[in-house]
Parts: sequence; C-alpha cells; structure tokens
Amino acid sequence: MGKYLIRRLLQMIIVLIGISIISFAIMQLAPGDPIDLLSDRNATPAEKAHIRSLYGLDKPLPVQYYNWISQVLKGNFGNSYVTGKPVLAMIMERLPATLMLNFWAMVIIYALAIPIGMVSALRQYSWFDHIVTSVAFLGKALPQFWFALMLIYTVGLRVDYIQISGMSTYGVNWASASFWQVLSDRLSYMILPLIVLAFSGMAGITRYMRASMLDVVHQDYIRTARAKGLSEKKIVTNHALRNALLPIVTLIGFELPILFSGSVVIETIFSWPGVGLLAVNSIFQRDYMVVMAFNMLGAVMTVLGMFMADLLYLVVDPRIKLE
Amino acid sequence: MLAIKSGKTVSALEESYLQMVWRRFKRHRLALISLIFLIFISLLSLAAPLITQYSYDQSDPEHSMEAPSKLHWLGTDRIGRDLYSRLIWGSRISLSVGLVAAAVSVIVGTLIGAAAGYFGGVVDDILMRFTEMVMSFPVIFLLLTIIAIIDRSVVNVMLVIGLTSWPGLARLVRGQFLALREMDYVEAARALGAKNSRIVFRHMLLNCMAPIIVNATLRVGGAILAESSLSFLGLGITDPPSWGTILNSGRHYMRFAPWITIAPGVMIFLTVLAFNYVGDGLRDALDPHLKR
Repeated sequence: MGKYLIRRLLQMIIVLIGISIISFAIMQLAPGDPIDLLSDRNATPAEKAHIRSLYGLDKPLPVQYYNWISQVLKGNFGNSYVTGKPVLAMIMERLPATLMLNFWAMVIIYALAIPIGMVSALRQYSWFDHIVTSVAFLGKALPQFWFALMLIYTVGLRVDYIQISGMSTYGVNWASASFWQVLSDRLSYMILPLIVLAFSGMAGITRYMRASMLDVVHQDYIRTARAKGLSEKKIVTNHALRNALLPIVTLIGFELPILFSGSVVIETIFSWPGVGLLAVNSIFQRDYMVVMAFNMLGAVMTVLGMFMADLLYLVVDPRIKLE
Repeated sequence: MLAIKSGKTVSALEESYLQMVWRRFKRHRLALISLIFLIFISLLSLAAPLITQYSYDQSDPEHSMEAPSKLHWLGTDRIGRDLYSRLIWGSRISLSVGLVAAAVSVIVGTLIGAAAGYFGGVVDDILMRFTEMVMSFPVIFLLLTIIAIIDRSVVNVMLVIGLTSWPGLARLVRGQFLALREMDYVEAARALGAKNSRIVFRHMLLNCMAPIIVNATLRVGGAILAESSLSFLGLGITDPPSWGTILNSGRHYMRFAPWITIAPGVMIFLTVLAFNYVGDGLRDALDPHLKR
C-alpha cells in the first residue's frame, strides 16, 4: 500500500509538471505581444525594451518557464494585463459565488440521483426504470445552454419572482434585510441555474448508482441475507445500499474541479459572477494571464480530485488490496 | 450454403456477420428510427442548394424577426435572414464538424491506446501520463482558449475538438489491448514471426473494433455538442453558420423572436440524441456475448 501511494504520488507530480508545461506552451502561442498590452501606445522602442526586461520577457523560453513556475508554486500567477491586479486575487474574489452555486447543485444532484438510481435498479425493467433510463438519455443529449435558454424563455421571462441574471439584488444583504428576505432573494437568482446544473449532472450519477446497485443485488451476500429470512427492507438498507454507495463516495473526488472551476456556460448565460464568467470574459479581453491560471488550476483540481478518488476507494473498500 | 459458391467463403462469412449485426440492430427501435433520421438530415444537408429558396446570408431588413410563415417556414432572424435556409446550410457545418472531429479523436485515441497497451512498460507509462495531462484540462474552456488564440477556421475547430477529446477512448483501447495481449492467438501470431504492426492491426485491433465503433458514434454527438458550446460562447463557425452560431444569434431576442433560438436547439438536441441511440443500438448489435 505504501509503495502504491508513492508510485501514485510520483505519477501525479509528473502529470502536474506536464500540465504546467502545456499551459505555458499555449500561453506562448497567444498572438500579439504582451508588451503592447503592458505599455503605453506611444511608448518608444527603448521603453518597450525596458518593460520587456522588467517582466523577464527577453529571456530564453526555458528560463521564462522556470521563472514563471517558481512564482506559480509560491501562489503568484502574475498580474492581469487588464486590471493589473494579481490573478490569484481576482480568482479568489470570484470563488465564493462559484462555490455556492456548485455546492448546492451537487447536494441536489446526489440527494435525488442516489434514491432514483436505487429504485431504478431494484425495479429493473419496470416503467419507472424505463422512464429514468430514457430521461437520462435525453439529459445527455440536451445542450445545457439551450435548456437554460428555454427555461429563461418559458419561466424566467414570465414569472416575476425568478431572476435570470446575476446572483443578488443590490442592497438586499444580511445587514439590511431579514433572514427570510435575503434567502428568498438569493433563491430567486439561483433557482434556474440550479435546475440546469442538477438536470445535466443527474443523468450520469443516476446511471452510476443504478449500475452499482444492480451489481450489488446479484452478490452472494444478498442471497444469503435473503436466505436467512431478513425482510426486504433490511436487505436493501443494511446490506445492499451500503455496499452500492461505496463507488459513489469516490465520485466526490471528481466533483472537486466542478466545485471550484464551475460551469463556464452556465455562468455566462445567467451572468453568475463566478470564476467561469471571469475566465470567459478574460478570453475576450485577451487577458491570457487569467486564462492560463484558470486552465491550469482547473487541471490541477482534476488531478488532485482523481488522486483523492483513488485514496477514498482504498479507504472505504477494505476488499481492495494492492500489492 | 453460401460457402459452397467457391472462392467466396471468407466474404460470405463476413457478410453473414454484418447481416447478423443488422438484424440485431433493427430490433432496437429507437436506434433504427435514429439512423433513419440521421440519413434524412444528411440528405437534406447535401441537397441544401436545391431545397432552400434563400441563401444563408441573404439579409432582408424589411422582414426582420418575422414569425414562421409560408414565405419563411421557420421565420427570420434579426437582419431578416431566412432561418430555414440557415439551418439547412448550418447542418453541413455541424454534421461535418461532428464527423471529422470524431474521426480525429478516434484515430488518435486508438493509436495511443493501442501503443500503450501493446508495448506496456515505459511506453505505456509515458503515453498514459500524457493522456492524463490532456484529460485534466477543463475541456470546454481549453477549447475556447485554443480557438481564441489560433485562426478560427472550420478545419481548426474540427482539429481542436478532435485533439482534446481522445483520452477516454485511449484508456478504453489500452484496457482492451492489455487483455488481448495475453490471448493465445496473439501468442500464436508472434510465434509464427508476425511483425508488431501486423499483430496490432490485423489481429488485435480487429478484435476490439466493437467498442471503438460504438465510442466513435457517441463521439460524433459529443463533438457536435462541443462545437455548439463554442459557438454559443461566441467563438464558433460563422460562414456558413453552424447550428450553435444561429442559436447564439437569437439569444438576446428571445422575448420577441424565440424561434431563432428554438429551432437550432431542437436540431442539435435531436441529432445528438440520434447519434447516441445509434451508438446504443450498435453496442447491443456488435456484442457477440449479448444474447437477445
């Protein structure tokens, strides 16, 4: 086990280094000279050269990479070309909005998908199972942005309570309004994005839970439980469900990048002021420092999440033994 | 019986395999309907100049944002372009982006997966770490980044979508190869002195065609969705417009002209759904272990 962990850790470090190199390479491909963005339009060549050396942009690429990555490891992703603020600070500023939306979406997805997947498996090939399977199929093919737009058109533009842009009404905050007023205000903004995120996220988890449950109910220990005369309810809750949930627990690792980097598409449609919207706006403003930080942090989260998923699997399932 | 017609033994056998696949495929109702739908859409897109009255970029400001009528079957957009014509021409872009991007993705994924699984050891390590790197980036955003940086042409969009979506298949093919490598017939081929390339392409690859074909079919739908997301975010193909681009153009006029947004969305949804159902049908039909 110790050997496996070390091997896995080494692999992860190699992947992280690779990701940083790819990120750096893409940034180098960006058109236009960052100097033009950094300096005044009327800057003389001498001034430009000065700025170039100030940012270390006159050094050979490997040296630039080294300088860049050693700053990144200290948490310094450089300054935005547009606002001049540190990139990491800009991202952190947007993080709470993204975290809030995706956390609640995740809660809804798991709270619904686990029981639905379970019942679907217990009543395999029933009408319920067929409907769930079909809806999951539809969910996979439904373009997220179109679903969101259709919701805006059918509900958002007709129901006064529901807001379609932003995340809170100016002036309504915990200090000035009552608890329920603030809650209702936040909910009015969150409801549509949550529906879209939950619907598109549920398809996969439901199918996964269904497969996991189907796998478990055909195991010998379920037959044993049944043979010794346990009630069907006890078999399901005490034996089947607990084992079927094991693979689901590991999925939490894969939620990590979703929680933090959010959905670029959803944040754009609903003008949700999160990290994803910042990233998209940065692309259009050619603010490549922010763009690359977002790409790289997203990738790092995924790698960490996968590592976490592997570890969780080892922890929750004692049957897994590694040489 | 067929085998008796001398000299045609092998092809007769192959034909009967395909016939079996077709027979099984037909039993999946939704897959069959989906296949017919896809053929229909492809024919429409090929016949675009014959079946559209207007060109996709012919604007008519006098008839801006008109609701569907006899003159304009699906209505017009903000500058009075005929939506039906735009959709039909757009299907050429969306379908070809889907098909080519999927092909790129399948070729790259299969080669990388096959090489990793067949050679194992260091080659496997390097290729799999590379696969994990590519897989880790936030896909839609990576696509946006690259398309924003390079020239936004149809070919580039196809290539970028293809080159960012292969990791899943590479892992799948690698897994198949790891299992196939231990098979007796591979050992036999090696003992007979067959070259690596012959073993890989003639023996092993043919034996994992089923999951590759299924994956390729699903990949087309995925690529169409990816392109439409790009277009939706404003970095798609505009001339002729893809379905996603048309959809995006109506986004801000939904209150007055919802048809601009509804029609292309329906097309994307149905097409992706159809590819997924065909993939599902093929999965059942191609799997020799599954008896239905």
